[in-house]
Amino acid sequence: MYQRTYIEIENNSSPTEIREIPVLEYDQFCDQAVALLKDEGKHCLAYYSIKSPENLKFYCCIADDNNNSILVFSHQLKDEKRPLKSLTPECAQFHIFEREIFENTGVSFEGHPWLKPVRFSNGRADRSKTMDNYPFYNIESEELHEVGVGPVHAGVIEPGHFRFICNGEKVLHLEIQLGYQHRGIEELFISKNTSLQRCILSESIAGDTSIGHALAHSQLIESLSGMDISEQLKIERCIALELERLAVSIGDTAALCGDVAYQLGQVACEALRTTIINTTQLWCGNRFGKGLVRPGGSNYSLDDRVADEIITVLASTVQRFNEVTDLIYSLQSVLSRFDDIGILTRQQGLLIGAVGQAARASGILRDIRKTHPFQYYKKYSINPVTLENGDVLARGLQRSLEVGESIKIIDRLIEIWREKTKDNRKPVYDYILKPGRFAVSIVEGWRGEICHFATTDGNGNISHYKIKDPSMHNWMALALAVRNQEISDFPICNKSFNLSYCGHDL
Amino acid sequence: MFKEVKILASHGRQYIDNLRTQKVSEIFRGRPVISKNISAEEIKEVSGLCPVYAIDSISGSIDLGKCVFCKECSFFLPEKIRFTNDYHVAGNSRESLIVKPGMEGPMRLDESKVRIEIRRIFKGALKLREVSAGGDNSSEMELSATGNVNFDFGRYGIEFVASPRHADGIVITGPISENMAEALDITYKAIPSPKIIILAGTDAISGGIFEGSPAIDRKFIEKYHIDLYVPGNPIHPLTFINGVLDLLDIKG
Repeated sequence: MYQRTYIEIENNSSPTEIREIPVLEYDQFCDQAVALLKDEGKHCLAYYSIKSPENLKFYCCIADDNNNSILVFSHQLKDEKRPLKSLTPECAQFHIFEREIFENTGVSFEGHPWLKPVRFSNGRADRSKTMDNYPFYNIESEELHEVGVGPVHAGVIEPGHFRFICNGEKVLHLEIQLGYQHRGIEELFISKNTSLQRCILSESIAGDTSIGHALAHSQLIESLSGMDISEQLKIERCIALELERLAVSIGDTAALCGDVAYQLGQVACEALRTTIINTTQLWCGNRFGKGLVRPGGSNYSLDDRVADEIITVLASTVQRFNEVTDLIYSLQSVLSRFDDIGILTRQQGLLIGAVGQAARASGILRDIRKTHPFQYYKKYSINPVTLENGDVLARGLQRSLEVGESIKIIDRLIEIWREKTKDNRKPVYDYILKPGRFAVSIVEGWRGEICHFATTDGNGNISHYKIKDPSMHNWMALALAVRNQEISDFPICNKSFNLSYCGHDL
Repeated sequence: MFKEVKILASHGRQYIDNLRTQKVSEIFRGRPVISKNISAEEIKEVSGLCPVYAIDSISGSIDLGKCVFCKECSFFLPEKIRFTNDYHVAGNSRESLIVKPGMEGPMRLDESKVRIEIRRIFKGALKLREVSAGGDNSSEMELSATGNVNFDFGRYGIEFVASPRHADGIVITGPISENMAEALDITYKAIPSPKIIILAGTDAISGGIFEGSPAIDRKFIEKYHIDLYVPGNPIHPLTFINGVLDLLDIKG
């Protein structure tokens, strides 16, 4: 038996003093991580390293879904040259985090099955590794061939490279090389040091999740500065987050239809998405909600006129969306392309630590709104829907179900919002952060859990900022889902996950 | 069949008739207007506040190529700076994106800088290849939206194509990450001449909030002639559409 040596914190609670986080011997660290993660109700939120002049410190944060808590513990290393035993063979969800640490610091993990660069970050330890010499897997065989796709793709999307090893039309293996979108955003959180600059940065981590990431950042700042926010603001933030989820889920349904050449479904859903993002624009002047979420308050408090408009738009959306999805998911021509294609099994999802919508479509109940509630979800409890099959059809249906849920949530939240006293508080930019702290903020964005972590130095300046987009876990899910599929099914598999390139590359 | 008809009936008419004059909501953050009475003291304060240094600390003018449209300057000085819902903010030179105090009227292209052959060759049809180089996927989604059922930019024969070999120009989004710089250059070179370059979004025009990051590489912008700058964070589809129509001198 191992001894429990971690601290337990709540999402978005007051920050911990860094010195309270236990520093374990590496063997003990590994034993504890592996033992904890045997439980399905726990998964790794992030595992990352912070470099200081004295040492390298590694923080591991594990979400305990059954107890609404986050378990934090660490280990440290004085000599970077010393390799560490890899946790990945025992606990695969660490694979991407160990790769990231290896790339950034040069610390090697012995026994890691694919210790390869993650994103070719600007500050990587080994500059001789470049986008051009990524060590792809290959299989020597006259029967097999390789197909390379990207970084520039056919559509108007972000860049990434996909390398398939195929037997005829069948995909044996897919390897995904990312990093093209790397903008050095984590470092910019330190070098661009005004509060407003950090807000703008948070909205640009992944522009399709502006509200989700801006909320994760604002929560983190409010936690580090001990700022109280009003009930009104908490409700408005949840409404904004659900509008974002709604718009993307409807847009994804359109894109899935587009990929199987079902035009009626595509155009009807595209038009519906437009009405939702135009409603967001009516609220804050931006179709993606940029500028809406700020620490402490908002420049765009909800008013009755906008609230009424949201209610009206949603009422017509729910009717129109149900009409069109009833048809989409009853058409043989569509179903034959979605059904049983691109399966991510529950087992695989658990193994790689899949999160969010994709995990829920594979029967894994991971939803931060439920398990680590934040903002008004603390009071207004939601019941996430899950499906079992984990194929393209399940991920499509998952979106349809979540559209219905989000609309119900928004309707109810607006009712509650109308009862609350309003003070329309403005954003707070001249906050003072508590010194020597460590804070975690998690938000369930439309893709899944968005985590922001920060530490402050002795003067209350942010000394390290870490971002984890849900795509970090889920790109591996896509690679697994396309195995043994026809290569021509790759586009719908990809679309059904709709992962972020820039959120991954940072 | 009955279901399809019902969907079409509910769907109604989504098409925007006039892309030139379509109204967007009052609150949309478009072309700013700066009062000519703004004092030197006030200019200093708002320029210090701007997260992307878009406000000149002497003249008080706003460079829309740098502006991220956060509107914080206007919240700070509502009597002196306001953002109108005018989305006609594209320009064809960096200077044409600068809004000076006292400027009220709409923004226009600098006709003397438009390459004559562009209008002659591309007025009837323009095919564009989009490359995202560190873009955050919001401007990319808005570019896709230009071709959707609402905006239908295809009505002018203007659309996005998959192959650079089929394209007449390139549209770039994002601050141009170092890791994407080479792929961008290769894609541009694969487009047959004559060809145009459009920078879509503040990140592409100036680097935006990413300006100064060691992970971006903006040599491409210095190397080639840029035909159109489309400001926005992200760009509004109508800003892009109107910018391109102006560039090609299509009245609408």
